[in-house]
Order: sequence, then structure tokens, then C-alpha cells
Amino acid sequence: MPNILVVEDSPTMRQLISFAMKRVQSAHVIEATDGVDALKKLSSDKVDLILCDINMPVMDGLKLVSLVRGNPAFKDIPIIMVTTEGAEEDRKRAIAIGANAYLPKPIQTQELIKLVNTYLAKS
Amino acid sequence: MDKEISYANKADEFIQMFKKGEEFTKELLKENEKLRFRIAQLEETASRSGDEVRIKLYEERIGLLEAELKSFKDKFLQVEEENKDFASKYLDVEEENNNLANLYVASYQLHSTLDFSEVLRIVVEIAINLIGAEKFAVLLIDDKTNDLIAVATEGIQPADAPRVKIGDGVIGRVTKDGESFFADDLSVIRDFNPLEPIVCIPLKIKEHVIGVIAIYKLLVQKSGFTNVDYELFNLLAGHAATAIFSSKLYTQSERKLTTIQSFLDLLKEKPKR
Repeated sequence: MPNILVVEDSPTMRQLISFAMKRVQSAHVIEATDGVDALKKLSSDKVDLILCDINMPVMDGLKLVSLVRGNPAFKDIPIIMVTTEGAEEDRKRAIAIGANAYLPKPIQTQELIKLVNTYLAKS
Repeated sequence: MDKEISYANKADEFIQMFKKGEEFTKELLKENEKLRFRIAQLEETASRSGDEVRIKLYEERIGLLEAELKSFKDKFLQVEEENKDFASKYLDVEEENNNLANLYVASYQLHSTLDFSEVLRIVVEIAINLIGAEKFAVLLIDDKTNDLIAVATEGIQPADAPRVKIGDGVIGRVTKDGESFFADDLSVIRDFNPLEPIVCIPLKIKEHVIGVIAIYKLLVQKSGFTNVDYELFNLLAGHAATAIFSSKLYTQSERKLTTIQSFLDLLKEKPKR
């Protein structure tokens, strides 16, 4: 059963993503409300994939991605950004920092499930 | 002498006999040859006719197999067609399922609290994350002035949000009529005008409008609305209105309760002499 870390400050989006992830190989969802909370969860739980928002309080998604990629213990975990920032330059920036995929909101659940399945299969 | 003549005659007779025998043998050999040839011919004919029978059988078998293959191909095409139909239905069901999940989550969140500011935050979250609105305002009818006043904004300064009289402009008309407004072309980039939203959704409890959500700009990746967006608008129109209204009443009653409680506490206190 894969563990998916959902880093999102919006409870609505966390619940929506958690709902969608129930249809991904019976994935277990770990929720984090910001980057700092996500780092704590990464230290305590085995995580197979990260779904991460960009605009969050305390620590934003881009900072989290760069910290995860810089840590040998987590650097290979696939990261999918799920964000309202839909401009091409935002996508390029996130990919350059180390995100594997970029999904602008509002998300199409099927698209998200497909992406998650692809990256879980690769890892 | 006579004996010699008789021997000579007999020898001639033998020679004649041998010659006749030789000719007869030759004739027999010829006949034999002919018969062998005939047998060979007959054997060949027989073998040929056997092949023809076999070929005919094979041809019949091939015909049957081809007919069977055609029937299998037809069945395969039929199953493939059914499969496509099922796949398309499955996708529709999946989409419907996802849409229902979105609506469920939105509805669940809206009714998860009785805190007025929390409900407003959830309405804002839904508008951003599920609808894809970038600039918008939630306006409620002020009980004292009966004007529409912004209680939450996103992407615009609260000061820039309009104060609208019921019946005035798009926002006022939507409040008065209770009918949603959608601009004809959502992709046209307009200058921000607080009185001219591209979408205006009334917040209704049955037929009673308590306010509106005025959307001025969508996220760059959102080019238009899908069916689920309209469902979300309907949900917001009803559920958000109920959640906002009940939380507002609850917050007011809580405040009143605190005031009354303080008043009662004051009354209970013994007067100082």
C-alpha cells in the first residue's frame, strides 16, 4: 500500500485529494498543512509520493521541494505540484527545482489519479 | 539319305516353331508392355482422382474455417464495439463520480462549521480551488442599509470591492432577480470593474437572496466552465447561503448569549455598600 503525502493548506483540497487517492492502489494518505509539517511527516513516515501545493503559510511548496531534493533520504520521492499557479513560467520553475510533474488547479481528478499511478509505477 | 532329309525337315519345323514361339513371345512381351503402361495410366488416374477428392475436402474445410473466421471477426467487432461503449460509459461514470466527490467535499466543508469567518474562508477556498476563480468577492445584504457589502474578497483589495444597491447593475440585478449571470465570453480580458463581474451567483435560501458571489477573473488556466462548475455554482447558491446564514445567526446568538450572560453575572453580583 503506497503512502502519499498531501501537502496542502486548504482543508477542502486535502479532503478532495484524499478522496481521489482512495482509488489509487488503496493508497494511504498522510496530510500536511504546510512545508514544515510535511518535513516532520517525511521524517516519521515512509512516503512513496508527494502531492504539494505551492502557496502555503509557514513554508511554501517550492521551498519544500528544494529541501526534499537536497536530502539524500528523500531525494528520489516523486513530487507532483498541485497549484493555482497555472502560468508556464511557474511550471518551469517548479520543474527546475525538482518537481516531477505540475498540475494546475482546478484539478481533473482522473488526470491526477493517472499521474499518481504513473509515478508510483516508476518508483 | 531319306533319314537325312527327314532330319532336315524336322529341323526346319523346329526352327519354324522356334520362330513362331519367338514371335509369340515378342507379341506377349508387347502386350505385357501395353498392359503395364495401361496399369500405370490407371494408377496415375486413380491417384489423381484421390488428390482431387482430398483437395475438394480441403477446400470445403477451408470454406468452413473462413466462414468461422468471419463469424469470429464479426463477433470480435461486436465485442469491441460493446467494449468501446462500456469504456465510454465507464469514463462518464468516473467523471460523474469525480464531480459528485467534488460536490460532496464542497458541501461537507461548507457545513462543517458554524463559525461565520470559517464558512467564508471555505466559500473562498471552493471558489479558488474547485471553480478556478482568481479575483472575486462575496457580498452580503446588510441588514441595516439593505445594500450589498463585501464580506470576503480574493485577488482584490476589500476597499476595491463594490457597495451595491439592490437592483443596480449586474450585481444588484442578480440579487433582485435571484438568477445567475454569466458573461457571454469568459476568455475576454477585461479591466477590473467592481460593478461588472464576469460571473455573479446569487446566494439563496429557497427564493430569499442573502447575497452574491461576484467573480471578476478566472485563473489563467481556466478558459471556461464545465458542467461540474455549474453544479458547483448551484451548490454554492444554496449550500453556501445556508451555511453563511446559519453561521451568521449562530455567531450573533453566541455574541448575544455572552452579552446576556455578562449582564446576568452583573445582576447576580451583590451590590457593594
